Amino acid sequence: MQNPYIFVGILVLAALLLPVVGLGVAWFLRPHKPNPFKQSTYECGIEPIGDAWVQFKVSYYIYALVFVVFDVESVFLFPWAVAYNFLPLYALLEVIIFVAILFFALVYAWRKDALKWI
Amino acid sequence: MEQLINWLANILENTSWWGLPADVSAAVIVWSVYGFILALVVAPMAMIVLTWLERKIIARIQDRIGPNRAGPFGLLQAVADAIKMLTKEDTTPAGADRVPFNIGPGLAAVAAILIYAVIPVAPGIVGTDLNIGIFYIVAVGSFGVLGILMAGWSSNNKYALLGAFRAVSQLVSYEIPMVLSLITIAVVAGSMSTVTIVDKQSWVNGGWYLIAMPVTFLLFFLSSVAEVGRSPFDLLEADSEIVAGFHVEYSGLKFGLFMIAEYVHALAVAALTATLFLGGWHGPFVTQLTASSPVAGAILGHIYFLLKVGVIVFILMWFRGTLPRFRIDQLLDFGWKFMTPVALLNLLVTAFVVKLFQPGVSTGMGYAISAGPLASFGGVGQTIALLIANLLVAFLVSLAVRAFARRSKAQALRAVAAVEN
Repeated sequence: MQNPYIFVGILVLAALLLPVVGLGVAWFLRPHKPNPFKQSTYECGIEPIGDAWVQFKVSYYIYALVFVVFDVESVFLFPWAVAYNFLPLYALLEVIIFVAILFFALVYAWRKDALKWI
Repeated sequence: MEQLINWLANILENTSWWGLPADVSAAVIVWSVYGFILALVVAPMAMIVLTWLERKIIARIQDRIGPNRAGPFGLLQAVADAIKMLTKEDTTPAGADRVPFNIGPGLAAVAAILIYAVIPVAPGIVGTDLNIGIFYIVAVGSFGVLGILMAGWSSNNKYALLGAFRAVSQLVSYEIPMVLSLITIAVVAGSMSTVTIVDKQSWVNGGWYLIAMPVTFLLFFLSSVAEVGRSPFDLLEADSEIVAGFHVEYSGLKFGLFMIAEYVHALAVAALTATLFLGGWHGPFVTQLTASSPVAGAILGHIYFLLKVGVIVFILMWFRGTLPRFRIDQLLDFGWKFMTPVALLNLLVTAFVVKLFQPGVSTGMGYAISAGPLASFGGVGQTIALLIANLLVAFLVSLAVRAFARRSKAQALRAVAAVEN
């Protein structure tokens, strides 16, 4: 049997064709008449004030940090899940301890108001 | 897929004018045909059919008629929209970061299409049976977020930036319960391959996972709806708050590509839910028919699969027609303080029950695993035990939520009393 990832490669190429061909066809069909009013960004119909790339809430970062913890955890859990039927009982106990530690991390973040939207 | 490959390999061997070594190229040719059909026919069709369906269903829910002018029952409305998108001027806002602005929509659409590579639509018909199937889905699915973030960041528009931030925080929050529920399935099925997961859901092996694990189903389905960003989790494109969020500055076909991405992704979630929980192509007579005639079995499998996908798609649209939108703090609280702990608990309980029904195996690594105490009950027994365990989890969770709600209500009442005094 062939390498199963060949199909993923083929599908990437085929999927890339969709935007490329679509935008290519649209290139020939659509008008192109830019003017400054058309190109100004939308802001309730008034003149945009300042730059859009402004400072933003730190909460987004905190959520991202908590996410990284659990994402890494899930990466560790995937191989355990697949090999589960070939592991003795202590594998379950170990994962209970592992998940419990991370659950306490979640409780800690919760108590510290890291999960609070201000 | 296997049968199709063999059939095509036969044709290729018997028609020498192809001039290709049949054993090497047949699979690649079939894959290419399947892949191009998937990307260039199924994806635009999904967008066209689903937009029409969604408008009609939501119109009926809201006591309207919906599109009915273009073609019979307004069927050609979506086609008309597609033509309009092709011929509209494509504006780029001044000060936009052009490279991500142009890559974003394409990336979102490509990521949504790639999910279909591992979805088995009928017995033997799957793009490719990756042994890390559900992991691949998570990886590719979150690629779409990158497209959304690119679009929102590069538009040089405050609404778009807000939409992109919302999208990222929402998608990272709901990725955790989704991944944990997928791990729960991997524990029960003993594999990450979607084909194996569908095989394990035959009635002999214990039936649909929806019956065995309703809590896991709810966790997965709700977090997938949030991943796609559909109502009631459509904060990232909330028209009434941030005027369509990340794609506010897009027009023409680039906007259309975001629409394609959204609907193709929604359909992929429906197909995934059908695959993982509703038994995929399983249904009455499919296995028997496949044994006698693979083609007829494949057609019947397609029909069952599409029926199940249709039900899920209808539920998605029903959500959109009837549920109000979450507030962002409610949304993040629901993800982190409810779904994630429940998913962790559910994973551990499910793993424990599965261990009870563990069949004895020799691992070939110097030790053998003895059979669990209830192994003689087999797959059906495991389904019943998992259902009981899931209902227990649901009951415990409802108790905890009730206690929490009472405490916060008492707190709120005390606060009001303190203000009044």
